[in-house]
Amino acid sequence: MLNVEHLSVNYGYITALTDISFHVEEGEIITLIGSNGAGKTTTLGAISGLVPKVSGKITFKGHDITKMPPDKVVKMGMCHVPEGRKIFPALTVYENLIAGSLGNPKLTKARINELVEEQYTLFPRLKERIGQAGGSLSGGEQQMLAISRGLMMDPDIVMLDEPSLGLAPIIVEDIFELILKIRDMGKTILLIEQNASMALSIADRGYVLETGKIIMEGKGKELLVDPRVKAAYLGA
Amino acid sequence: MKNMTKNKNKVYTIIALAVLIGILAFLQSDTAEYSYQISILERSAIYAVVAVSMNLLTGFTGLFSLGQAGFMAIGAYVVAIFTIPVGSRASVYYVSGISPVIANVALPIPVALLLGGLAAAVLAALIGIPVLRLKSDYLAIATLGFSEIIRAFIAAPMFDTVTNGSYGLKSIPGFPNIFAVFGLAALCIALMVLLINSSYGRVFKAIREDEIAAQSMGLNLFRYKELSFVISSFFTGVGGGMLAMFMRSIDSKTFQVALTYDLLLIVVLGGIGSVTGSVLGAFLVTSGRELLRFFDDPLTIAGVHIPLFRSGFRMVIFSILLMVVVLFYRRGIMGNNEFSWDGLSRLIRGIPDRLKKGRGKKAASKKGGAK
Repeated sequence: MLNVEHLSVNYGYITALTDISFHVEEGEIITLIGSNGAGKTTTLGAISGLVPKVSGKITFKGHDITKMPPDKVVKMGMCHVPEGRKIFPALTVYENLIAGSLGNPKLTKARINELVEEQYTLFPRLKERIGQAGGSLSGGEQQMLAISRGLMMDPDIVMLDEPSLGLAPIIVEDIFELILKIRDMGKTILLIEQNASMALSIADRGYVLETGKIIMEGKGKELLVDPRVKAAYLGA
Repeated sequence: MKNMTKNKNKVYTIIALAVLIGILAFLQSDTAEYSYQISILERSAIYAVVAVSMNLLTGFTGLFSLGQAGFMAIGAYVVAIFTIPVGSRASVYYVSGISPVIANVALPIPVALLLGGLAAAVLAALIGIPVLRLKSDYLAIATLGFSEIIRAFIAAPMFDTVTNGSYGLKSIPGFPNIFAVFGLAALCIALMVLLINSSYGRVFKAIREDEIAAQSMGLNLFRYKELSFVISSFFTGVGGGMLAMFMRSIDSKTFQVALTYDLLLIVVLGGIGSVTGSVLGAFLVTSGRELLRFFDDPLTIAGVHIPLFRSGFRMVIFSILLMVVVLFYRRGIMGNNEFSWDGLSRLIRGIPDRLKKGRGKKAASKKGGAK
């Protein structure tokens, strides 16, 4: 479904990614784990067209999207939920959700209403706060809103950038349960996380990113028990 | 219950409109007697259109532009050029003559206003291509620069046969009555409100809130910024055309940077991101300036001349009042809220409580002092 081949990204003279390659199959949960500054966010930015690429090739559903702008990438069925939630604080929960559907012109009014109802089923807490300003929600609720706003685009693949960042452990568990539910809805998920144990425990496959290079890959459960991963990311 | 409230609000709105129409009809019934009041209200209505269009850009899309005066000039000159009666044109263009291309072209006022708006919009579309890649202060400076370039072109001798250069244009037909001004202003503002409440309006707000989030949602930032800039400039151009008709004579000096600052003042005072705030701001600022005019006249009390009262003193008073308002209403009078009857009733109902609180504080401080 998504193929990244020999991707390199520079920020001026600084190399952020060096020749990374990975693939995502339909219906999978794939996770990219790594510490701060490993290049995880840059990887997602490069895929979704937010970050200019130096070299490499990215294909999505058989189409080359390497040089495609973000608006075209989204129209192809890709959704990027950026790091730090990035909701619209002055807009209400409902307006945030509707804003999520604006990037996909194929959506009819009826389908948008269906999607809103789907979000309320998936995130009942958002329904309770429908008329509340996004900025007044708690951290966990804001993260839920960011994810549901992404789902309002009706994407095939959902790319989540550190959804557990800055959240209480109990809320993190809720978020990861929701990720599994989203997969059960037929979505493919590319998850970027610093919380390696949680990410690998739900992932079909995982990749370990370090200073812009993929240094390890394997099944989620296998990486979870790998001594090198344990030592570096799980504090064992 | 909700339906009852809705119906109540509808009734209030109808009553308010009836009162407004009544006031306008009363003023219109004796234009000689009330010409001063009519001119204040007409100017306010015109400024309201341009302020709302500026707010569409600044308050709703988050683009800080200072090019309003330039786009108003485009609209004003297009309207003036095409509506000055053909018979009067020789006396207007008496220095350099008139270009044969426009000499006999006369358009109906609505068409000329529409054309003025379109001319401003087309120019905005062209200017927007390089300028909208900039952000915040840089965008403001660039648009301000373009506004001055437009003004310089209008005054340039090479265009004398079209714009009449520094001599300006006069004999511009005016509005038939105050209802025409208010009707046109209401139509323009209503169209902008419809836009703000549409999916386009939601996109504009999303861009204002967070550009990265908007981009990651698949919104083409440049396309929507350009759209907002063009639509805003269209209505600014129409507002400029209305101003030309109101003033009956214009020149390039009419559209100096000070005009943009006046409009910015209206938007900030009313509340960035509030349409009703911009309308309220336009009427308050325009009428406020006029009502304080007596401060410009020399004052003598019991044979003693008060030296403060002299030409220009009203602007000092006006500035002080503005500072007081801004100190008490940091986000403008309306903030980013819109007017609602429920909000007004809450405000009125809350006055006694606020007064009680104020008295309570005074009493407490007196007790504290007595100790």
